[in-house]
Amino acid sequence: MDFKLQTGIFTEEQNFKPLKTDIVYDVLILGGGPAGFTAAVYCMRKGVSTGLIVKEIGGQVAETAGIENYMGYRYINGMDLAMKFKEQVAQFGIDYDEKGTVKAIETGDVKKVRLTDGRVFSARALIIATGAAWRKLGVPGEDELRGKGVANCSTCDAPFYVNKKVVVVGGGNSGIEAAIDLAKVGEKVTMVQFLDRLTGDKSLEDKLHEFKNVQVRYEHEVTGINGSQSVESVTVKNRKTGKTEDVSAQGIFVEIGLVPNSEFAKGVLKLNQAGEIMVDCASRTSAPGIFAAGDVTDVPFKQIIIAAGEGAKAALSACNYILMGE
Amino acid sequence: MALFDEKIRQQLRDILKNMKDAVNLSFFTQEFECWPCTDVHEFVKELASLTDTIKLSVFDFQKDKARADKFRVDKIPAIVLNGKDNAYAGIKYYGLPGGYEINSFIQDMIELSGRKEPLPAAIASRIAAISKKVHLQVYVTLTCPFCPGAVAVAHRLAQESAMVEADMIDVSLFPYLGQRYQVTSVPMTIINETHSLVGVQPMENILDVIKKL
Ligand SMILES: Cc1cc2nc3c(=O)[nH]c(=O)nc-3n(C[C@H](O)[C@H](O)[C@H](O)COP(=O)(O)OP(=O)(O)OC[C@H]3O[C@@H](n4cnc5c(N)ncnc54)[C@H](O)[C@@H]3O)c2cc1C
Repeated sequence: MDFKLQTGIFTEEQNFKPLKTDIVYDVLILGGGPAGFTAAVYCMRKGVSTGLIVKEIGGQVAETAGIENYMGYRYINGMDLAMKFKEQVAQFGIDYDEKGTVKAIETGDVKKVRLTDGRVFSARALIIATGAAWRKLGVPGEDELRGKGVANCSTCDAPFYVNKKVVVVGGGNSGIEAAIDLAKVGEKVTMVQFLDRLTGDKSLEDKLHEFKNVQVRYEHEVTGINGSQSVESVTVKNRKTGKTEDVSAQGIFVEIGLVPNSEFAKGVLKLNQAGEIMVDCASRTSAPGIFAAGDVTDVPFKQIIIAAGEGAKAALSACNYILMGE
Repeated sequence: MALFDEKIRQQLRDILKNMKDAVNLSFFTQEFECWPCTDVHEFVKELASLTDTIKLSVFDFQKDKARADKFRVDKIPAIVLNGKDNAYAGIKYYGLPGGYEINSFIQDMIELSGRKEPLPAAIASRIAAISKKVHLQVYVTLTCPFCPGAVAVAHRLAQESAMVEADMIDVSLFPYLGQRYQVTSVPMTIINETHSLVGVQPMENILDVIKKL
C-alpha cells in the first residue's frame, strides 16, 4: 500500500489567517486552482492586502492523476502539485478561507463577495479564478442516476465496475484515460464519440488500442440513460442515420469537457456564449476593478501552465489598479 | 514488512509535532486476524511509534465486546479516534487509512489534539442546533483523490456535535455494505441509512439533510 501523504495540508496551516468580514481588502481572489494560487503569490509579493477564497484546494489539478506538461516537473501527481501551490502561498501568511463558496458578487468602488454560508467580504479589486467543472450531457436519467452508475472520476470508481459493462462518453484525453482505466477491470467498454475520430494525444490513443474489450462508436451521441434503481442501459443515436439503440451498461462515465464556474457573474460581467467571462489582454473584465484568469475566462486552451500564467497577469493588473488607479 | 518507508516516517514525525494534546487510538481486531486487519494493525503500531502523543490500545472485537459496544464498533478492522480524555468522539475508520485517506486520518488526529480552526459562526450555530442522533457513513476507495475531503467534513461534524458520529468505510473491504447502499461512486455519504449524498459536499449541504431527518 502506498500512502499519498500531502505534507502541504499540514505543515503550513498555521501561516494562514482567517478571512475577515470587517475590513476592505485591496484584492480578493476567488478560487484555489493554478490561476488563483499564482495570483495570490503575485499579490502578496506586491504587498497589497489580499484575501483568498478557495472552495476546493487545487481545483481540477487535484482531480488529475498525473501531469507531464507543467514545466519543472517531468511527472507529478495532481494532488502533489496542488499542495506545492498551496505551500508556496502559505509562506506569506495570507488571509484564507477554505470550503467557502461564492454565491454572488457586486460591482462598485468597493466590491462585495457573498458566500453561500451568509458571509460577505469586501475588496477594492477582485480576481475571479473559479475555473471549470464537469459538463453534463443534459439527457434524461443523468441527474436521477448520478452516483448510481453515472460518474466522472474513473480512478475513483473503476473498482465498482469489475467484470461489468460501461459506457464512456467523449473521445478526448479524459475520455480515453477513463476508457483505459475501465478496460483494465471491466468486461466491456463502449466509447461514444461525437466526431468520426478520437481527439486525444497520440500516445494515449495507442495505449487504448491495446485493449481488446473496448469498442468505439464514432459519430454517435447519448440521448438517454435508463434504469430504475441504477444504470441498466444507455441509449445512443447514430448521428448519420438517426438510428437509436440501447447499449446494456451498468455505468456511464461522462468525459465531455467542462463548463466555466461563472454562475455568480451572470448579469454582472460580460460572458460569451459558452458562459466564459470575457477578458482583454490585461485580464480586465467588463467591470472596472474586476479581473479574471484561467479556465473561467474566454482565453483559449485550458491548461495548468496557461491558467497559472493568466493568474500572474491578472494579479499584476489588479495591483496596478490598486496602486496606480489604472 | 514496514508499511511506511523512511521518508514518510520522517514527514509524519514533522507533521505530528503540530499535535497539541494526546490522542487515543483504539484498534479493534480479532485473535486470528482477518487479512485487512493485519495491515491496519501494522499501520496503527507504526504510527504510534512515531510520537508519544498517540496512545494506542488494541482490542479483540469479540472478547472485548463491552468496549466495542461503548465505541459502537460493529465490524472490523476498526480504528476509533478520541481526544486526550478518551471519551467517545464518534470518529471511526473501517479499513486502512491508506492511499489518499492517510491525509484525513492525520488531519483528524491534529484536530482532536486540540489544534483546529474555528468554524464560521453561522455553521457552528446550525451544528449546535442538531437535536437528533445522526450517523454518517462515508464510503471511499483509496485511489480517490478527493474522498478525504468528504471524510474530513463528516468527521469535523462528529467532533463538533455529540449527536453526530461518522465513519470512513473502505468500500472494497465491505462490499456487502456497498451493495446495500448501492455505492457505485465515491465519495458517497449515507446519512442515517435513509439519505445519501454523492461527491464532496460542503458542510451546509449535510446540515440541510440533517435538518430534514
Ligand atoms: C481530468 C483532468 C486532467 C487534466 N490534465 C491536465 C494536464 O495534464 N496538463 C494541463 O496542463 N492541464 C490539465 N488539465 C486542465 C487544467 O487542470 C486546468 O486548465 C487548470 O486547472 C485550470 O486552472 P484554474 O485555476 O483556472 O481553475 P480550476 O483548476 O478549475 O480551479 C478553480 C478553483 O476555484 C474554486 N471555485 C469554483 N467555484 C467556486 C466558487 N463559487 N466559490 C469559490 N471558489 C470556487 C475551485 O474549488 C478551485 O479551487 C486537466 C483537467 C482535468 C479535469
